[in-house]
Amino acid sequence: MNTCREMGIATVAVYSEADRKAVHVLKADQAVFLGDSDPAESYLNIDKIIEAAKETGAEAVHPGYGFLAENPLFAERCEREKLVFIGPPSHVIRDLGNKTVARRTVVAGGVPVIPGMNRPESDPGILAREAENIGYPVLVKAAAGGGGKGMRIVTSPKDFQEACASASSEAGRAFSDGSIYLERYLTRSRHVEFQIVADQHGHVVHLFERECSIQRRHQKIIEETPSPIMTFELRQRMGAAAVAVAKASGYVNAGTVEFLVDQQGNFYFLEVNTRLQVEHPITEMITGLDIVRIQLEVASGSQLSLTQENVRSRGHAIECRIYAEDPEKGFYPSPGKIIYMREPSGPGVRNDCGIYSGFQVPVEYDPILSKLIVYAEDRNQAIMRMIQALEDYVILGVSTPVPFLIDVLKSEAFARGDTFTDFIDTHFSGWKPDRFDEDAACAAFIIDELSRGRKAEATATQQGAGLSPWQTLGPWGR
Amino acid sequence: MDVIETKIDTKSDEYRRNYDSMVAQVAELKEELRIAREDRPQKAKDRIAAQGKMPIREKLERLLDRNTPFLEIAPLAGRGMYDGMIHGGGLVCGVGIVCGKEVLITGNDATIKGGATYPMTMKKTLRVQTMAMQNHLPIITLIDSAGGYLPMQSEVFPDIDDGGRIFYNQSIMSKMGIPQITAVMGLCTAGGAYVPAMSDETIHVKGIGAIFLGGPPLVKAATGEEVTAEQLGGVDLHCRESGVSDYYAEDDAHAIEIVRNIMEYMPAREKARLPMHEPKPPLYDPKEIYGIVSKEFKVPYDVRELIARIVDGSEFLEFKELFGPTVVCGWAYIHGYPVGIIGNNGVLFPDSSMKAAQFIQICDKRKIPLIFLQNINGFIIGREYERQGIAKHGHKMVMAQACATVPKFTVIVGASFGAGNYAMCGRAYNPRFLWMYPNAEIAVMGGEQASGVLVTLRKDQLAKEGLPPMTEEEEEAIRKPIIEASKKESNALYSTSQLWDDGVLDPLDTRDALGLAISASLNAPIPDDVFGYGIFRM
Repeated sequence: MNTCREMGIATVAVYSEADRKAVHVLKADQAVFLGDSDPAESYLNIDKIIEAAKETGAEAVHPGYGFLAENPLFAERCEREKLVFIGPPSHVIRDLGNKTVARRTVVAGGVPVIPGMNRPESDPGILAREAENIGYPVLVKAAAGGGGKGMRIVTSPKDFQEACASASSEAGRAFSDGSIYLERYLTRSRHVEFQIVADQHGHVVHLFERECSIQRRHQKIIEETPSPIMTFELRQRMGAAAVAVAKASGYVNAGTVEFLVDQQGNFYFLEVNTRLQVEHPITEMITGLDIVRIQLEVASGSQLSLTQENVRSRGHAIECRIYAEDPEKGFYPSPGKIIYMREPSGPGVRNDCGIYSGFQVPVEYDPILSKLIVYAEDRNQAIMRMIQALEDYVILGVSTPVPFLIDVLKSEAFARGDTFTDFIDTHFSGWKPDRFDEDAACAAFIIDELSRGRKAEATATQQGAGLSPWQTLGPWGR
Repeated sequence: MDVIETKIDTKSDEYRRNYDSMVAQVAELKEELRIAREDRPQKAKDRIAAQGKMPIREKLERLLDRNTPFLEIAPLAGRGMYDGMIHGGGLVCGVGIVCGKEVLITGNDATIKGGATYPMTMKKTLRVQTMAMQNHLPIITLIDSAGGYLPMQSEVFPDIDDGGRIFYNQSIMSKMGIPQITAVMGLCTAGGAYVPAMSDETIHVKGIGAIFLGGPPLVKAATGEEVTAEQLGGVDLHCRESGVSDYYAEDDAHAIEIVRNIMEYMPAREKARLPMHEPKPPLYDPKEIYGIVSKEFKVPYDVRELIARIVDGSEFLEFKELFGPTVVCGWAYIHGYPVGIIGNNGVLFPDSSMKAAQFIQICDKRKIPLIFLQNINGFIIGREYERQGIAKHGHKMVMAQACATVPKFTVIVGASFGAGNYAMCGRAYNPRFLWMYPNAEIAVMGGEQASGVLVTLRKDQLAKEGLPPMTEEEEEAIRKPIIEASKKESNALYSTSQLWDDGVLDPLDTRDALGLAISASLNAPIPDDVFGYGIFRM
């Protein structure tokens, strides 16, 4: 929306019951109420969104990063209704959204994939045989999946059937498609992804990589760029592969090609995210580009003004995702009212924030509160800057992983760049915050003393004389 | 101002003896208080937890402003009565601060016989209502009561100071403009139903609160109608249909939040103003009171030593120091409030009675609250004093004291015998608060004297009838039961169990309790001159 404003484009937000006071609603030039908090009545309801677009005279639709962002039906509907969908064509979303189709497309483009199946399957016997062929541990994945839903790691054949059944039913619930497929599970791998942008005229460039290995429940919480393992040579090869994937699929607009990198430096194609990603700001930081602006330009039919040679990066950027969740309780969501918040600020600190003091974090949706991004000259400085920013960040009223993130960033393993997807389980399982904080205890005591004093004053003036013993004796007799 | 100069010797045997004795009595008091407040069968605690009710002490913690005092009233009422189970008469009462305002709070302890009303429950309720009326304090009632304890109905229903009086008082209080807020946190059956019904505002807790004139068993017996408590008097009935309750509370915690909201909106009453001084602690350690107050009433002590450990800066302007020395009168400040103090240094003589009467009149004219420190064996007796008219001089003191309109406070710091109790503002003279020290005794006379009187009467009778005088053994047979009964029925713990006082004080708390009580008493205006005369010099 900020980009649109810069470009002189008017914006319309849509919102549901739970988001009445959300930041995007407050920022937009116009906002349209969709319906009940249940996503089916609002953010997943294509008819209502299209209607909102028509009613307000919108020319284009930006699908954001959740809900309908990777839904080919939505893109198709936009195409039919002559609304510009800011993203790839619907057939590309459909092809890449189906992971097995995507695997076939990519293999055809000469890009390495993780050993595994090229077609979804539901027959348990065939699945079991495939698992033997691939070799344990295997990863069971939903063909239509994303965000870790319907994903299971199976280390031994005896757990296999049950894992398939539960993955399939979870996938069925989440994506209305219960089909699953198998891949080799790479132990100790890194999640490295490449940002790509492509125009409607066949030009594709990549905007370097992002390393997103620090994950909990298969969801990223810390992302950085450049990746600590990246070399000039590896970047050349992976970047070329990413561009090849885009070209093979006929990709248009911004997208992300995800790879797993094993300990030997071999990389394997994982999937394409056909949308803007939560972690795109770190790429913007090091390249100085505005990806949303590029999306809008490409969607309007313009040619990319960038060439691969003139994409330059400088420095190091890190993003931490701040959710309303409790790291002590398995990162379980902790919705509630934000009683008070103070955002960190300073040179190289950017906080893309969806909350404010008094905001009620809805129980209905993924409880992301903000994305804290820092930029500095090198990785070490970026880590220090992020630690400082997190320490300055105050969010009261809900649990947040801020103390957890600080401990991760301060850890030796993180400093070494020892970042694999099992990082949290390996180094931080059963993490508890250090509650022995003398400074905090002193501050709490002083505040208590001060507020007690104020209270006494307030009642004393009522009485018009000195303090009565009711104000001075404290909890006497209790 | 004059500072009282102490003359006590903290190294003396007498001081040590008094001190040790008081330490032991205070320890006994604290243990009794602990039992009364905490000692409940696990079963009873589990039962109210299963009902979703909050224990009364927790309700209190939530209701009162954080970090403010609670001046509990008669926590040991009913001690040793009814098999020793009805701690505090089944009620927790006291003065506290809610939303910055001084209020009286009374709540049933549902862990005790379902909050049933025993005679002592009745007496304590009426005492609290009296305090509300005397001090114009709003009254918050957290009710959860099974109603009158039927086996003792004859002691809680018919008389002037029984059940009916509660609702009479509620009517009068309402007319006086004393706010009454009641939270229904359990059953309010029959008489109990009128407590919320007669209050200004009633909060009703969902699921556990019920109000009805006749409970389900009585309704079934009388009309054959079968209804549940919830149908008969639950929150929906009374908040939506009958309008008996005004606020709908989800649970006890919510009900208390509503009470606090009501108190927040309630306009603060303009209190009576006294010219206050900056409060300062006494110069001497109040703990020394332990060694000063005599273990034996026969051993006199100088009440000024006690005053020096209660009043601000130990400063005391003594009135008529050289006249009628068995009563000590003078002005001081307690927690910044000006007070007139009357203490005993022996029995009351004609001159000491007149001095006290004059002093009381001055304080009353100047609207200075009066504090009585009772340690009195009575008025002087004997032909010479009758000839001087001790009866009419005593009358002056009693009259001045009874008619004084300033707030009065009494602490019994030793003996409280006979007409001395009356002249020094005993319970019948409406002191706003009355406390006893753990060593104090209260009776028409000491056990020794009473038995002596009876022995003398018997001797006279025998002589009149020409019978031989009693043997030592016969005399002892008369003395012993009297002395024993007196020991049992005149001590402080017995007094407080009977609600003859508002509690037994650890002497260390004297100054604070008085300060809190004075502040609370100022919620009622001090009326202007009602004498029609000036101050009579005596």
